[in-house]
Amino acid sequence: MFNIVVCVKAVPDPKEACNIKIDPETLTLMRCDVPMVVNPLDKHAIQAAVELKAKTDVFITVLSMGPPEAGNIVKECLALGADRGILLSDPAFGGADTFATAFTLATGIKRIGLPDLVLCGMASSDGSTEWVGPQIATFLDQPVVTMVTEIVDAGVDTWQVKASIDDGYRLMQVKLPAVFTLTRDVNTPKTLSFSGIIKARKKEIEIWGLDELGVSSEVVGLKGSPTIVSELNPSDTKREVEFISGTREEKADLLVQKLMATGLL
Amino acid sequence: MMTELNKKIGPVWVIAEQLECNLLAVSTQLVGQARKLADQLHTTVEAVLLGNNLDKQTHELIAAGADRVYFGNDPQLAFYHPEIYTDIIVNLAQSYKPEIILIGSTAMGRELAPLVAARLQTGLSAHCIDLVLDGDLNLEQRIPAYGGLLSIICPEKRPQMATVAKGVFAAPQLDENRSGEVMAIQIPSVISDRIQTLEVVHQEPQGVPLESAEIVVAGGAGAGDTEGWQKIANLAETLNAALGSTRPAVDEGWIELSTMIGQSGKMVNPQLYIGVGLSGEQQHLVGVVDAKVMIAINNDDKSPVFEQVDYGIVDDCREFVPVLIEKIKTAQQEKDTC
Repeated sequence: MFNIVVCVKAVPDPKEACNIKIDPETLTLMRCDVPMVVNPLDKHAIQAAVELKAKTDVFITVLSMGPPEAGNIVKECLALGADRGILLSDPAFGGADTFATAFTLATGIKRIGLPDLVLCGMASSDGSTEWVGPQIATFLDQPVVTMVTEIVDAGVDTWQVKASIDDGYRLMQVKLPAVFTLTRDVNTPKTLSFSGIIKARKKEIEIWGLDELGVSSEVVGLKGSPTIVSELNPSDTKREVEFISGTREEKADLLVQKLMATGLL
Repeated sequence: MMTELNKKIGPVWVIAEQLECNLLAVSTQLVGQARKLADQLHTTVEAVLLGNNLDKQTHELIAAGADRVYFGNDPQLAFYHPEIYTDIIVNLAQSYKPEIILIGSTAMGRELAPLVAARLQTGLSAHCIDLVLDGDLNLEQRIPAYGGLLSIICPEKRPQMATVAKGVFAAPQLDENRSGEVMAIQIPSVISDRIQTLEVVHQEPQGVPLESAEIVVAGGAGAGDTEGWQKIANLAETLNAALGSTRPAVDEGWIELSTMIGQSGKMVNPQLYIGVGLSGEQQHLVGVVDAKVMIAINNDDKSPVFEQVDYGIVDDCREFVPVLIEKIKTAQQEKDTC
């Protein structure tokens, strides 16, 4: 049996993320009912695991850290084809930066039992950081390749992958166990199927807290985070807008005049 | 105050990067910023440069403001290798105790920085758009988020680490007469074989490059679908503009990641920016703040994007853009016949 752990994150729906504001008093997010979804890049990680499962004997565990509501996105991953779903959830995990998040996820992975493969999305859509995948690898003492664009050869103990570099790609050969972070080029995620939802209904999500992980509250969450948010300043990028109005034709005409005035046309 | 003065502050480091023996622009930009921070901290600037067949690049780093360069020049270092590079930098950092480590938000930097930070058990902020010192001389790492700028600090752990994209800081004035020390470093004799680079392929970019474009047209989720996206692409082509994108557009699969503008993408500096069907998220707009003229087209008159542009058009971009393209073509023809 080939074991894969896929790490996923519940994020505010990126299409509605502009409605989220930071409360300047408390420095916390005002989510304003923006629904939580699976981080878009993590869906590619799930899909990669599901595609391997179609070819060979694979067991997929989905692992997430978040508030109890994040259980819904773990459930969604079960419906997409994962076999087991675990949510690391404990008030002590709150306020974690990427270091503490990666440490907590890595501790969860060790408790599951070290898998052959850990897959993550390349970045999170809300924080725009890319650190959790490579830092999980560090805590597991495993090799990592980030920004994978193509799985060239998925062997039992060695993988070859193409990964993005600034102006092209690198072809990497990696001995398993290993961690990979995937870009959207790697595959096309399937949407939820009715049969998948029915199957997932029978599966329970496991919720693990501090006790299950067997770690002190000092090393997780805000306390285990080297970085903190010290301040929030309003953006200084504001400009005074002039709305161009009229019929569609009129607006286009007026805008073309503005464009001509720049001297760039 | 006495304790502040007596506390010995370590050097400010830059992990430099080279491609085919050319120092990347972001590396000298970061040395310039490191110099400013180091002068305020009364400490030195040190760079780490790894590669093969290098020579004059160490002097470029010194001319940009470095006092010392840790220099690894070896065939094994010709191309970035995650484990060898991480080992070298972690060992150096444990010996020389930098106060700050800055790394470019390049493909290399984005993999190397979190590996080094986790090994050094310290914090790392992503794709900062400004770096200043706060009242306690902590590095205030500013990143855009949800309608504002967050300041991140790493108060207790050292080094304080941050990645920064090309173009965030200006290139420093080079002083060819500056002197500095070049320190050759030992390459680990035992190299891990669990990860190997088999091939590195460089590809020519296509279309108008975003970073040097005079006009940038950027599209977002409002395009709706591939067909809608094509209309935005046509607008860019008509204007001979570079086509940029937001993360939702990339996530939808309409366009490659390399066109993404903003904090975790490219910084652009056009004369004219036209944002089409996008909501003006800070993570995107920090990449275009220096544009001379900014225009937004969005069907929601309450969209935050309209607080950050000079001209606003409230309309469905899928309907409006084709009309606009025709008008522009007519104007271009009239101009040609004049």
